[in-house]
Amino acid sequence: MVDANMQMTVAQEGRVVAGEFLTFTLGGEEYAIDILKVQEIRGYDAVTRIAGAPEFIKGVINLRGIIVPIVDLRIKFKAGTAEFTPFTVVIILNVGARVVGVVVDGVSDVLTLAPEQIRPAPEFSSAIRTEYIVGLASVGERMLILLDIERLMSASEMALVDEAIL
Amino acid sequence: MSFDMSQFHAVFFEESREHLESMESLLLAVDIAAPESGDLPAIFRAAHSIKGSAATFGFTDVAELTHVMETLLDLVRNGAITLTEEMVDACLAAGDVLRNLLDAHQGHCEADRAAAEAIRARLSVLAEEAQRAVGGAPSASGAHKRARTYQLGFAMLPGDPQADESIANLITELKELGEVIDARPPVDGTRVWSVNLASDVDPETLRTVLEFVVDSTSVTIDVIDTAPAVPQAEAAFGLFDDAPGAPAAEETAYGFFEPLNEPAQTNTSEDLGYGFFEPVPEAQPATPPEASDGSYGFFEPLPQPAAQAEHLAPAAAAKLEVAPRSTTTAPTQPTKDTGARPVSKSDASSIRVNIERVDQMINLVGELVITQAMISQAAGALDPVLYERLHHGIALLERNTRDLQESVMSIRMLPISTVFNRFPRVVRDLSSKLGKRVELVTGGENTELDKGLVELIADPLTHLIRNSLDHGIELPERRREAGKSETGRINLRAYHQSGNIVIEVADDGAGLNRSRILAKARERGLPVSDGMTDQEVFQLIFEPGFSTAEQVTDVSGRGVGMDVVKRNISSLGGRIELESMLGVGTRITVRLPLTLAILDGMSVGLAGETYIIPLDYVVESLQPTPAMLKAVSGVERLLDVRGEYLPIIDLHEAFDTPGDRSAYEGGIMVILESDGNKVAAFVDALIGQHQVVIKSLEANYRRVPGISGATIMGDGHVALIVDPPQLVSMARRAGQGAA
Repeated sequence: MVDANMQMTVAQEGRVVAGEFLTFTLGGEEYAIDILKVQEIRGYDAVTRIAGAPEFIKGVINLRGIIVPIVDLRIKFKAGTAEFTPFTVVIILNVGARVVGVVVDGVSDVLTLAPEQIRPAPEFSSAIRTEYIVGLASVGERMLILLDIERLMSASEMALVDEAIL
Repeated sequence: MSFDMSQFHAVFFEESREHLESMESLLLAVDIAAPESGDLPAIFRAAHSIKGSAATFGFTDVAELTHVMETLLDLVRNGAITLTEEMVDACLAAGDVLRNLLDAHQGHCEADRAAAEAIRARLSVLAEEAQRAVGGAPSASGAHKRARTYQLGFAMLPGDPQADESIANLITELKELGEVIDARPPVDGTRVWSVNLASDVDPETLRTVLEFVVDSTSVTIDVIDTAPAVPQAEAAFGLFDDAPGAPAAEETAYGFFEPLNEPAQTNTSEDLGYGFFEPVPEAQPATPPEASDGSYGFFEPLPQPAAQAEHLAPAAAAKLEVAPRSTTTAPTQPTKDTGARPVSKSDASSIRVNIERVDQMINLVGELVITQAMISQAAGALDPVLYERLHHGIALLERNTRDLQESVMSIRMLPISTVFNRFPRVVRDLSSKLGKRVELVTGGENTELDKGLVELIADPLTHLIRNSLDHGIELPERRREAGKSETGRINLRAYHQSGNIVIEVADDGAGLNRSRILAKARERGLPVSDGMTDQEVFQLIFEPGFSTAEQVTDVSGRGVGMDVVKRNISSLGGRIELESMLGVGTRITVRLPLTLAILDGMSVGLAGETYIIPLDYVVESLQPTPAMLKAVSGVERLLDVRGEYLPIIDLHEAFDTPGDRSAYEGGIMVILESDGNKVAAFVDALIGQHQVVIKSLEANYRRVPGISGATIMGDGHVALIVDPPQLVSMARRAGQGAA
């Protein structure tokens, strides 16, 4: 049942069924996101901390005059260690009308995935709710976790968007 | 609609709109009883320029209408007739019609021929009536009623190679002073020109003008007559010759001479006839033939300001009715804008630049600042002694870059007066239509906001003002009964507050009727209860289709509008608040986030982070001594500043900084004042004072309590801007929670 639903979502939304994906690593895990959501990739700069923000929101940076919040996905996903090395990269995403940066351990490559390579994700418990995972893809030995990055970034648990409370 | 949008036309339209705008603001500003000397000629010039270029480009209808208007204005300008309220009204209405015609020529909408004809008739009638009322034979002499005829004699400087040109210029100049009756070139053997001039200027002025050009020893000025000869009258109207596209209009101009042969009549029945017959045969649509039916094309949903279109249509319909009225009764009390009118009458020279180019420039400068920061950082590692000149150069570069950034940023900023300026007109028109007396008081016109916002805020604000006028302000009688002054007052004010631009529209009208809103809401089946707070009840008026107006007028009351206003404001990221008291008035506050604005700020250090405190809120800053700190229940919470006990807000706490808190004695207390409440904010250090560009934090993130926005420091880092009012209220809430 869940599988069927998942497949339907995948099929309906269309945007993640197939196409080009940017893959990145968080700890030992590999994730893939729709490349069309990626604006640019840059190194990790000093961020300005924001009072009262959750731990995984590192703060904001100045991206050519725009204030962009930076989310450390390693903390959010409890994957990898939140260390900052010269190789730590920030993927600047364009989700909805917003610009958000995510910190990852490294960017691997850009892949084209065919629909048959993508499997629905089984229900399991993890730091990421399965609703943000559109599927799993196997490329050779590797397993890629396909994220619905747009939905994830606009989720209330990411605390990036104003809630009705405020 | 096929329309040739050649570049010249584009320039013409732009210019004409500018002229119309300046004419309108002048008309609104002019003091009817005692017009300032410069105003009337300026209004005339605007009309004249439009006419000239319209005729050149073959926009006959525009040229014809402006010609009639110009004729009227010319008479007023020359003092032949006195300006009346009705003339101003008519000219304003004509301005609207002209705008419509211009729009039509640009293919935006259909031309309203009927309105154009009506207003043309109205203007002609006005000119005619006024002249008759003056009583005199309105000949050209009327144009310079106090005129004297001078005989001027002068000789050009010998050996001036450009003598011919100088003479031509001089005569043009003299024409501006009065009426050049004839100019005779030197007769053989002399160099002396002889010019007869009818003018009301004094001989000294003439002498000054002449001596500037000619041989000053040769100037002779004689007064020959105090009543100039009539036959030369055409010279005065020589201005009209440059309107080849308006031959028909010419007739109306000369129509003024008619009354000479008739007994002076102020009978309105004749005026009526005149108003209706005269203009009709002239209706010659020069533009899209399908527009000639004169239908009110305004009702098409145009992207153009809806308010304008709305009020044009009824105004056009009303025109025929108004036209025959004599000048003796002005329809209503004039509405006066007592607010300090900004002196900038857009006289400042300016260039038109595509906004995209400006944005591109802003982006490029942004990049430049970052590059500059990179270079500074890289150079920071170098030995300051060995590379002294490099360091010096980089310091200069940094300063220049920052200055450049600031000035580029300010290009996009416009004072809100660009929006406010249109409201005196709106209020004036509407109040006279509704029979109300309203005074519009504006404040904070120089508050700057982004150009993009300026354009988007105009419509919602217009709506709010119309709403205040129609529903808020009561009729004079009712105001008198309620013990208020008969003239209602609408306050329009803009200012910066806690990183927002706040625009207030306040009226001293009837206020919102809570029970009526509730009743109406029940009627519409909205879930309401009597226990709702006033705020909640008032918010109902923003519901789509909600109107408590007892009757639908053509101004408002259809229940369309407030919801649209709210939606527009929300789409700009703003909020709208409403306060009202029955019988006392209503205040609507619109808060818009600053997208781009410059703020004077004080930068403070807080546990290694930098925060900006808007300087407007800072009263003083001081280093506390232990004696100044007063403890309440064991915690130091109050600061004794010269006998005043101020609550201390530790910004470390408020912003939850990491690391140890420093003792109060080691830091700085910044005394902030907001809404009359003072607090002492504790920070580690004062860093400096900057002008910072406010950036929205909410664009990509969410609102952060106590923070109004962010800015980018010279080194490319982000610093957060403190929101003192919020900080103060946070502190008070925390205090209440503790108690």
